[in-house]
Formats: sequence, structure tokens, C-alpha cells
Amino acid sequence: MYVRAHTWWTILRIALEERLVYRGDFALGTLMRFLPIITQIFLWWAIFESIGSGSVETAEIANFTFPDMVAYYLLTMVGRAFSSMPGLASGVARQIRDGEIKKFLIQPVDMVGFLMLNRIAHKLAYYSVAILPFALVFYLCRGYFTAGWPDPLTLAAFVSSLILGFLLGFFLETSIGLIGFWFLEVSSLLFVYMLFSFFLSGHMFPLDLLPEPWNLLVDLLPLKYMAYFPAAVFLGKVSQDELMLQLGIQVAWIVFFIFLSRYLWKRGVSRYSGFGG
Amino acid sequence: MSEQQPVLVRVFLTFARNSLVREMTFRTNFFIQCVSAISWTLMNLGFYLIIFHHLNRKPLADGSGWQQNEFFVFLATTWIVFSIVQAFFMPNVQEFSELIRTGNLDFVFLKPIDTQFLISFAKVDWSALANFVMGILLLTVGVWRLTTQSNNPLSLNLANVLLYWFYVACGVTILYSLMISLAATSIWLGRNQSLYDFWFYITNFSRYPMEIYARSWGWSLWGLFTFVIPILIVINVPARILARPLRPEGPWLGLPLSGFAILATLVCLVISRRVFSLALQSYRSASS
Repeated sequence: MYVRAHTWWTILRIALEERLVYRGDFALGTLMRFLPIITQIFLWWAIFESIGSGSVETAEIANFTFPDMVAYYLLTMVGRAFSSMPGLASGVARQIRDGEIKKFLIQPVDMVGFLMLNRIAHKLAYYSVAILPFALVFYLCRGYFTAGWPDPLTLAAFVSSLILGFLLGFFLETSIGLIGFWFLEVSSLLFVYMLFSFFLSGHMFPLDLLPEPWNLLVDLLPLKYMAYFPAAVFLGKVSQDELMLQLGIQVAWIVFFIFLSRYLWKRGVSRYSGFGG
Repeated sequence: MSEQQPVLVRVFLTFARNSLVREMTFRTNFFIQCVSAISWTLMNLGFYLIIFHHLNRKPLADGSGWQQNEFFVFLATTWIVFSIVQAFFMPNVQEFSELIRTGNLDFVFLKPIDTQFLISFAKVDWSALANFVMGILLLTVGVWRLTTQSNNPLSLNLANVLLYWFYVACGVTILYSLMISLAATSIWLGRNQSLYDFWFYITNFSRYPMEIYARSWGWSLWGLFTFVIPILIVINVPARILARPLRPEGPWLGLPLSGFAILATLVCLVISRRVFSLALQSYRSASS
């Protein structure tokens, strides 16, 4: 047990150090990523002003006021910082394709577990650097959070939705990557996923804005937990009794994708054949 | 100089043909690239359809006249301009920073042709023109609806259409100048990986009607992106000439802005040419 924990700890530490090499570039890149928020602010400012016929204060779209909208976009950045997994699925598929996956068949290390630790380290390194630009931008934009900090319960729900968002994103993308056992090249599949996830996760706009048939569709998909849900929780758009239900559904999706990734791994390995060294 | 002109055109046509031949070698890949470009574009359209659904026949910015059909023209112009840039310049500029890093730029110098020309036009990404077609389609829909609407219909003549394409060309030129100047900086920096990111974040400002910046500290952005890095006029001027959101035209456009657009295009072109040749002078080959 101790040996095992030690192995995992070493993997985590190495991955963390590896990630912290380019921290300056990293922080600058994160700050740049907030630039599109500026255009979003002005776009929605103009839209709300137009709806309110000249006054922003009274205007509302789907229960969102103008400050809500800006706060929403900022919060989805936080949500995405947890749930997005750049290069995970394509990395898994590549390892399958070029045979690197063989090492997990020989060594007593579980591949999904290894990937997970790597990802946690990646994320930890990312947060430790990105917290500065994030804090700066949120401080500058504090005026848009008109309701101030939410109550402790909501805050706890927000934090858990973020962590669950990480798990969901991880197992979902791992599952997509493991499809590589059958297709070898998953980039077009991944593209379709990214396309839908950008539009239907709430990254592009609050999902409440979607008209009738679409909002039902979004409720049936796991994508909304990756960006929309944490932000909606923070802004108090989810009622207390619905909160528990929604978190439950999110956990159910995670469990589903854990089993799916296990199943795909098992079936995939049994049909995999590796040649050469 | 004058007898060199026809040669450049023929060289470019050969480049374009070669690129097309290469793309047609992998037709399925070409087709997938077209589809993926179009799907992002359609999503962009979906976003605005949702916004206009909530705006309920009101304009995008109060008193600006950018209603749905006018904005279709604007959006179509965005797709047209950016697809041209994407098709003709993006692949080359990306290649450029790689040429510098590997030292292969040496071979470009050896060719008996203008270096900037060779760098800028060697490749054409034909699949990016899928969005050009999409832009033309949306433009047709927007203009057709505007000219046939019963309330205050738009009347267009040949001069409007010609001016529109003239200013689209100006817009493309401005973006090209910005792009080649950014790329030239990779000579000084050795490698410029975030070039594409930076490009994306900066040009993002040009994708909206300029009225949305006309409030509080947005004015400073408006000034910056109109007069210092004139990317706001790239889409706004042509789109406004064709869609004329305010009929009769308000204070936003008239002679000053359209005249300024021509001036800005020329200045951008000259400056980018200067930056490029200046950067080339500090090029140190990286190869053996």
C-alpha cells in the first residue's frame, strides 16, 4: 500500500515539476485569454442597452442582467479551467497508434490512473500560476458581481461542481481517446465533440438563452456541467432543492464515464496488438 | 518594376495551382476541412440568431440600426474578409516563422524574386474559401431581404457594390499588413509560438460593429483600433457601405471614415513593408 502511494506521489511530483518550467509564458498566455472578455462586455453592454431602450439597469435576458452576463463569462473561464483537458483524448489516441501504450501493459501502472495523476499535476501547476491573472481580472471586474459572495452552502456547491467538472471532463475525454483502439485516428471525432462542447456547454453564452426545443436537449447532455453549471450555481441561478439533484446527475454522469472508460480500456487492450519495440 | 508585374501574377497563379493540386490529392481530407470550417461559421451564426431572438427586432446597439438583416451583411463581410486572409496569407505566415527557426529562409533569399512576395503567397489554403462561399450566401440573403423589405427598403446601385468590394480589398490589405508585421517580429524573437493566439485576440475586436465600443472606456478601444491599429475599419466600412444600417446615414460614416480607410490601408501597407525589410536585415541564419 505504502509503495503504491509512493509511486503515485513520485509520478505526481515529476509531472508537477515538468509543468512549472515555462511559468512566465504560461501566466502571460492566461492573461491574454481574457482579452475576448472585453469584446463580450461591450457586445452585451450594447445589447442590454438596446433591449432596455437606452438604459442598461432595467434590461434582462432570460433572468440575466448585464452584470450577471459579464460575471457569467468570467465564471465559465473558471469552470473551463477545471473541465477542459487540452490534448488528453488526442494524446491517448496517439499513444495507442504509435504503440507507446505498450508500457502500461508491461509495467504495473494503470494507464487511466497515470493519466489522471498527470492531469491533476498539470491542473495544479496551472492554477498555481494562473491564479494571479485570474485574481487580477476578477478584482478588476468585481463590480459585475452585484450580489457579492454567495452564501457558504452555494460556495461549497460551486467548489464541488468545479471538482466534479474536472472528473467529468477527464473521464469523458479519456473515453473519446480510448475509442482510438478501434479507429486509430480520433481527430475528426474529437472535432465534433469540441464543436458541440463549445456551443452546448455554455462556454459561448448562458444556456438559459436557448429557445424551446434546444434547452431540453442541453439538459439531457453532460456538456452543461463543464461550463454552464458551475457559473449558474455561483450566480444563484440554481434553486436550493434543484442543486442537490443536479449535482447528483453530474455524479451519475461521472460514474457512467468511469465505467465506460474502464470498459473501453478492457475491450481495447484485448484487441490491441503491438509490434516492434 | 513595371515589367516585373505580369511575372508576379503568373508566379502566383502557379502557386495557387500547385496548392490546389496538392489539396486535391487528399480529397476526403479537403472535404473534412471544408466541413469543419463551415460548422464553426454556422455556430457563429447560431450565436447571433439567439441574440437577435432576444433582441426582438431591436438593433444590436441602441440607435445603431444593426438589426438582423443588416447584421447578416456585417457577419457575411466578416466571413468573407477573414476567409480570404485565412486562405491566402495564414498558411504562409505560419510557415514563415518556421523558416526562420530552421534557417531555411536562406533559400528564399536565393530566389530571384521579391522576398516578401514569395513569403506571402507561396501557399493557398483552398479549404478556407469554404467560408467565402458561406459569406456570399449570407450576404445574398441579407441584401435580398433588405432590398425587398416593405418598410424602408434598401436601394443599391452598381457603385455601392463596387465600393463594397473595394473596401473588402482594403480590409484584407490592412489585415495582411498587420499579419506580416507580426510575423516579421519572429525574426527578432527567434520563435513566435503565440503569434496565432495574439492575432486571434487582436482581430477579435474587429468582428463587431464599432458602435458597441461607443461608451465609457470603450472609446479608448475605439480610438486605439481605429487610428493606431486600424482593424475596426476592416469590416465596419465595407459592411456599412452595403447594408447602410441607418438610412439616411447618420454621423458614423460618410466621407471622413471611408476616406480614412483608404489612407489607413496605404499607411499600413507602407509600414508593414518597412517593418518586414527592417526585420530581414537582422536575420541571422540558423542553419549550418
